[in-house]
Amino acid sequence: MNRRDILRRSAAAGLLATPAAGLLAGCATSGGGDKGGTEVYKGTKSEQNPLGVKEDAPLEVMIFNGGFGEDYAKAHEAMYTERYPKAKIKHSATQEIAKTLQPRFVDGTPPDVVNNSGKDQIDFNGLVSQNALADLGELLSAPSLDIPGKTVKETLLPGTVEVGSYDGTFLVMNYTYTVYGIWHSTKLFADRGWEYAKTWDEHIALCKKIKAAGIAPWTYAGKHPRYMSWPVISTAIKFGGPSVALAIDNLEPNAWKSDAMKAAADAWHQIVKDKFILDGTPGLDHVQSQTAWCQGKAAFISCGSWLENEQKSVTPAGFNMTVAPTPSLGSGDKLPFEAVRGTAGEPFMVPAKAKNVAGGLDYFRTMLSKKGAQDFTKKVASLTVVAGAAEGVELPFGLTTVVRALDASGTNGFNWVYNNYYRKLERNLVDAACGEFFSGRIGPAEFLDQCQKGADSIAQDSSIKKYKRAA
Amino acid sequence: MKHGKYPLIVTFLVPPLLLYVVFVVSPYLQAFQISTTDWLGYSAEANPVGLANFRAMWHDEYVWNALKNNAILLVVLPVLTIVFGLFFATMLSMGGRRGRAGVTGVRGSAFYRTVYFFPQVLSVVIIAALWKEVYQPNAGLLNGIMRAVGLPAPPWLGDPRFAFWCVLAVMVWANVGFYVVLFGAAMSAIPREIYEAVLLDGASRWATLRRITIPLLWDTVQVAWIYLAIAALDGFILVQLMTNGGPNFSSDVIGVRLYDTAFGSETKFGYASAIGVVMFFLTLSVAVLALRVGRRERIELS
Repeated sequence: MNRRDILRRSAAAGLLATPAAGLLAGCATSGGGDKGGTEVYKGTKSEQNPLGVKEDAPLEVMIFNGGFGEDYAKAHEAMYTERYPKAKIKHSATQEIAKTLQPRFVDGTPPDVVNNSGKDQIDFNGLVSQNALADLGELLSAPSLDIPGKTVKETLLPGTVEVGSYDGTFLVMNYTYTVYGIWHSTKLFADRGWEYAKTWDEHIALCKKIKAAGIAPWTYAGKHPRYMSWPVISTAIKFGGPSVALAIDNLEPNAWKSDAMKAAADAWHQIVKDKFILDGTPGLDHVQSQTAWCQGKAAFISCGSWLENEQKSVTPAGFNMTVAPTPSLGSGDKLPFEAVRGTAGEPFMVPAKAKNVAGGLDYFRTMLSKKGAQDFTKKVASLTVVAGAAEGVELPFGLTTVVRALDASGTNGFNWVYNNYYRKLERNLVDAACGEFFSGRIGPAEFLDQCQKGADSIAQDSSIKKYKRAA
Repeated sequence: MKHGKYPLIVTFLVPPLLLYVVFVVSPYLQAFQISTTDWLGYSAEANPVGLANFRAMWHDEYVWNALKNNAILLVVLPVLTIVFGLFFATMLSMGGRRGRAGVTGVRGSAFYRTVYFFPQVLSVVIIAALWKEVYQPNAGLLNGIMRAVGLPAPPWLGDPRFAFWCVLAVMVWANVGFYVVLFGAAMSAIPREIYEAVLLDGASRWATLRRITIPLLWDTVQVAWIYLAIAALDGFILVQLMTNGGPNFSSDVIGVRLYDTAFGSETKFGYASAIGVVMFFLTLSVAVLALRVGRRERIELS
C-alpha cells in the first residue's frame, strides 16, 4: 500500500463520516435548540392585520387525525389563504402527535400550529414547564374577524380562556366546547315509559325498574374507568359547590376526601352494590361499552359530547341519544340539577419557537371567526367555543340536546382542570382507583383514599411543575 | 497478507460499522447520558442530576410492580413455550405409529406445522386486536364457550386477577409456532440410525425423547431460552395494546412503564431513559446468565 492509497482511502472514509457527524449533531443532546429562533416572520401591524402577519410567510399546520378528521382544517387553511394569498400552507395530519413532534421541539423547528390531541397528545405540564408554548394573549385582544365590534375574547364561551391558561397566561386554544354528562336513549325511555331522574333516590328507583325490565341500568368504559370519575366529581361539585373542584385542581391536602366527595362516592357506590352495571363491563373498552349501550344492553353511560360522532356508524336510526346532568344528591345541593360540566376541549397551540407565530395566531383568529366555527360544526357535528356560532346550523339529535343542556345550565356550569395540569393523576392514578371502585373490589372510603394518595404523590413530586388557579 | 485485501475489507467493513455506530451504539450511549439528566423532552434544556433518576426509581412502587411481572414472565414464558414447542415438534416429527414406530410424524403433520406457524405470520398488532375480541366479556369467543359449558364468564382483561395471565397466554400462543418449526428442523437433522439403534435396544418412546432427542437438541433449546428470556423482559406491544398495563397496574411491564413515562401520562425523558438503562442491564445479565447456566458439553454425533 503506498501513500497515495492511504490518502485516497482516508478521503473516502471522511466522506462517509461527514453525514454521520451531521446526524449526531441533529440528535437530542447536541443542544442545538436555538437554530430555529434566528429567523422569525414578522409583518407590520395594521387595522386589517392586527397581529402583524407577514403576508407571504409560509404557515405549517399539524392536525391530529382523530374523530374530527382533517377536512375541517383544510377548510380553515383555505380561509386563511383567502386573506393571505401569497402564504404557502404546509398541512400535515398524524395520529401520533408526541412522537412526530418530539424531535422537532428539541431541534427548535416545530410547526406553527399544532392540534395537540388524542391518545398520543403531548403532556401539557411538560410543554408549559419547558416554556415551549407561545403566549396567545395577543389573540384574545385582537378584533374578531367577522363578528363586528367584539374582540376575539368577547366571542368565546365562558371557561375557554381559563382552561387554556397556566398561572394566568393563555397558552392553549381549546377549540371545541364539550359537555360531559349521562347519556340515554329517549326512544328507549319513551318506549318503556321511563323518565330521567333528577335526584339520586329517584335515579336508584329508576335503575331498579330498568333492571327489572331485563336491561342493565349502567355500563362504562371498563378499560378507561376514569370516564366514571366525571359523574362522581360532578355530583360532588353540585352538592358542595365549585370550591370542591378548586381544591382538587390546586392539590390541596385531603381535597379528594372532602365531605362532598364522600357523599358523592357513597351515592355512586349504590349502583355497584345493587349490581346495576352490565355484566362484563370492566373488560370492555370505550368503543365496546358504547356499542353495547347503543345496542340497548344498558340504559346509561357517562361520556362527553363527542359520543354521538364517535358512535355514528353503529347507532340505530331513531335512537335519539340525549345528554342529561348528573342527578342531585338532595335539596341541600349548592348547584341546581341543570348545572352541567362544560369545558373547552380539542387543544391547539403555537409553539414558542415557531417561525410564524403571528401567522399561527391569525390562523386561530380564522378558526374563531363565525364562518370558521360554523364550518367546523357543520363538518364534524361538534360545538365550538365561539358563542352562538351553532345558531342556524342544522345539528344532529344528540348535539341539539347538548345545546339545550348548556342553555339550561347557564351560569351554573362548572369544570375542573386537574387533568390538564397533571395528566398522570387522571390518566393513571384516578383511573386505576375508578377501576377498582366500579368493579366492586373496593368501597367508597378506599376509593377516595387511593385518589388522595395519587394526588399527594403528584404534590410531593418535585419534578412536576405545579399550577394554581383562582376561583 | 495479500495485497488487494485491504480495499475489500474496508469497503465491506467500514460502512456497516459506521452505520452500526451511528444508529445503534450512539443512541445507547445517549440514553446513558440522558438518564443522568432531568430532560423533559420538548426543549433542548437538560440539567445533569447525577443518579437522582435511579434513586427515584428505587423508590418507585410502579416500577417494582412492573419488574415483578417481568420476573414472572421470565420464568413462565420460556418454560411454557419450550415445553409446548418440544411437545408439538416431537409429535410432528416422531409421534406417528406407521412404519418404523417412533420416527414418523402424526398423520397430517404438515398441516399442523402450518397451523402452528400461523401466528408468526401475523403482525403482533393484529394478534393483540384478535385476542382482545376473543377475551371480550360479553360477545367474545372465550366467554361464549364458557357459557356454553355452564362455567362463569369473567371479564378477563378487566379483572386484575386474570388480565396478566390472559396476556401471558397470548404471548405463549404467538411464540410456540416458531419454536415448533425450529425444534422440528433440529430434530430432522438427527440421524435416523440413532433411533433405529435405540429402538432395536427396546427403548420406550419416553426414554428416546429424554435420553436421545432432547440432549441432541440442547443447543437449539438454549438459543430458544435466551431468545424467550429477552422477549419476556420486553412484552411491550401485547401488553400495551391489550390492557395498557391495567386494570390497576396488574398487567404492567417495564416496557410499558418506560413508554408511559416518556410519551404517555407524563413527559419525563430523563427518567424514561433511566428505566431504559435498567432494562438494558437486566436483559444483558439475563442473556449472560442463560448462556452460563445452559453451558454443557456438546454432544458429538460422530
